[in-house]
Amino acid sequence: MCGIAGLIHRGKVSGVGAEMTAMLMALKHRGPDSTGYAIYGEPQAQDYIMRLKVAEREDLHRGSRIFSIMQERIRLVEEIFSDHAVVVRSRDRVTEYALRYVLSLDGDTGHLARMIEEIEGVEILSLGNGLELIKDLGDAEEVSADYKLGEFSGTHAIGHTRMATESDVDIRSAHPYWAFPYNDVSVVHNGQITNYWIMRREMERKGHRFVSNCDSELLAVYTADNLSSGETLEESLAKSIHEIDGVFTYLVATRDELGMAKDIMAAKPLVLYEGDDLIALASEEVAIRAILPQEIDTYDPYDEEVRVWST
Amino acid sequence: MEYLNDSKLASLTQEERAEALGMTSEHLTGRSMTIEFDPDEKTRFVYPWSPDVDFNKRTQINADNLNATEVNHRIRELMEEGYGSIVISNPRGKHALGVGVLSRLNLIFEGSLGYFAAGLIDGPNVRINGRVGWSCGENMMSGTIIIEKNAGSTFGAAIRGGDLICKGSVGSRTGIDMKGGTIIVGGNTGALSGFMMQRGRMIVCGNAGKNLGDSMYDGTIYIGGAIHSLGVDAVEAPLTEPDASWLRRKLHMYGLLPSAGVSHFTKVVAGKQLWNYDNLEPSEKKLIL
Repeated sequence: MCGIAGLIHRGKVSGVGAEMTAMLMALKHRGPDSTGYAIYGEPQAQDYIMRLKVAEREDLHRGSRIFSIMQERIRLVEEIFSDHAVVVRSRDRVTEYALRYVLSLDGDTGHLARMIEEIEGVEILSLGNGLELIKDLGDAEEVSADYKLGEFSGTHAIGHTRMATESDVDIRSAHPYWAFPYNDVSVVHNGQITNYWIMRREMERKGHRFVSNCDSELLAVYTADNLSSGETLEESLAKSIHEIDGVFTYLVATRDELGMAKDIMAAKPLVLYEGDDLIALASEEVAIRAILPQEIDTYDPYDEEVRVWST
Repeated sequence: MEYLNDSKLASLTQEERAEALGMTSEHLTGRSMTIEFDPDEKTRFVYPWSPDVDFNKRTQINADNLNATEVNHRIRELMEEGYGSIVISNPRGKHALGVGVLSRLNLIFEGSLGYFAAGLIDGPNVRINGRVGWSCGENMMSGTIIIEKNAGSTFGAAIRGGDLICKGSVGSRTGIDMKGGTIIVGGNTGALSGFMMQRGRMIVCGNAGKNLGDSMYDGTIYIGGAIHSLGVDAVEAPLTEPDASWLRRKLHMYGLLPSAGVSHFTKVVAGKQLWNYDNLEPSEKKLIL
C-alpha cells in the first residue's frame, strides 16, 4: 500500500524535518516496515553532502565481526576521498551503519560515487548540495529520533512509509531513492510497476546501476536518465505516464522543485493542498491535516496529471 | 417549470410530496426494473432496534483527540440517549467516521473527512462541511450525504439507494458498481466513472473523464459538461422531457440547478451489447459467472 508525502515552502525555510515526521506518522497505517525522508536544506555553495550506509541494520545481529568490517569499509571510503583530493569538512556517524559527510571537491561527483560503491557493502544514499536522504526501518518517530530530524530545516521534502510487497524489508529497498548519480534528485512512489524488468534491462543497457529489486528504484533511475539527457522534470514526469506501465503515483524532488505524476487510471491516491506559500501532498488527507489543522481546500489530482512546483 | 418551495411542499400530502420529489418510483432503462416506494410502509425504513431520536435534541462531539472507533461509538451512545442531531467538530481527515448508522439521524461534520466517510449507512442525513477522501458513502442503502467541497475517488461505490451529493469535484471511478440511488456532482468527475454501474442515476454538472460508463449494465448517467470519452458499451441516448423534469427537480433540491437549465445535459446509458448471459448454456454461464 505505502504512504507518500511531500511539501514545499515557497520563498522560505521551515522546519521540514518535524513537519514531514508529523505527516509520515499520520500515514504509518499505510506502511509500518520502513520510513524514509529526502529533505532539502539550503543548498551549499561549494560543498556536497553525502549520506551513505556501510551495512544493513540486520547485519548488526550477525556477529561482532561486522563492527570491524564496517570500520574497514569506512576506512576504504575515506581512502578514496584522499585519493581524489576530496576535503572532508565534517563527518558524522549518525548510527552504527549510517554516515553523513560534508565534502568539498572539484570534478565529477558521479565518478566519485561509482568508486565508493565499488566497495562491497557500501551504498550511497544521497549526494548533492542540498539533499539529505535518510531511511531506516521503523516508524517516522523512531527514524526521526535516531537521525535527529526534528532539527532539520529546509525548503522542501518528500517522505515515504513502506509496506513491503515486492522486495525485502531492509534499508536497501526502502524509499526514497536517490537518482544515482544525478545530484539532489530523489523519488518516492506508491504503486506497482508492471514493466519493471523490461525497463530495468533497458536502463542497465544504458549503464545505470540498480542496488535493489524494488520496482520503485526504476523511477529514480528513469528520472536520472531523462534529466541527464537534458529533459526538464515536467517533461520526464509526463513521459513516464506512458512509458511506465502499472498503477503508480510518485513524487520527485530536485534541488529547487517538487513534482508529481499519476498513472492513466489514477489508481493510487494523492491529496493535494495548494496554498500561496505552501504546497502539501500526501496519500491521505489526514497527513496534510497533521501540519495544517485549520480548514483548507484540498483535491485529488486526476489521471495522467503532472504538476511541478518551485521553491 | 414551477419549482417547489417549502410552503408548497408543506401543503401536500405525504404521497404527493414523495411523488413531487421524484421518490415514488425509479424507472430504469433495463428490462423491467421498477422499485416502488410506499410512503405508508414505515417498517421498511426503521430497523426494530433503532433508537428513537429527537431531531430537535442537538449535541456536539469534539473529534480532535478521539480515534475513529471512539467517535463512532460516541455517536451510537448519543443516539441511545435520544439525540437526533449530532455535530462532529475537528474531524481532521480521519477515516471511517459516521459509518454504519442504520437509523434516522442528522449528522453534521464541521470539517473534512478521510476514507470511507459515512459508508454503509441506511437512513441518516449527513452533511459534511469540508472535503471527503476515497469511498465516501460506499454501500449506502438510504439517506442523504451532502458534501460542500471536493471528494476523492470511488465516490459512492456500490451504493444501493439514497442521495449522495458532492458540491465540488470528485476523483476517478465515481459510482463504480452502483446498484441504485442517485449520485450528484456539482463539478467534474474523473476517469472510469460509472464503471460496471448496475442501477441508479448519476448526475455530473461538469466534465467527465475517460471511459465514462465503461461496462455498465444499466442505470443512467447525465453529464452537463464535456465527456472525454465513453467506455465500452456506454452509449448516448436522447434526453427526454421526463429526464429533464427529474433532473431539474433533483438539482433544484440541492441548489445545484444551473442557470442555463438542463437541456444541455448528455444522457448516457448501457448499449446492452455485453448482455449475453441469458443466451448462454448453463455450463457456459457457470464459467463466466
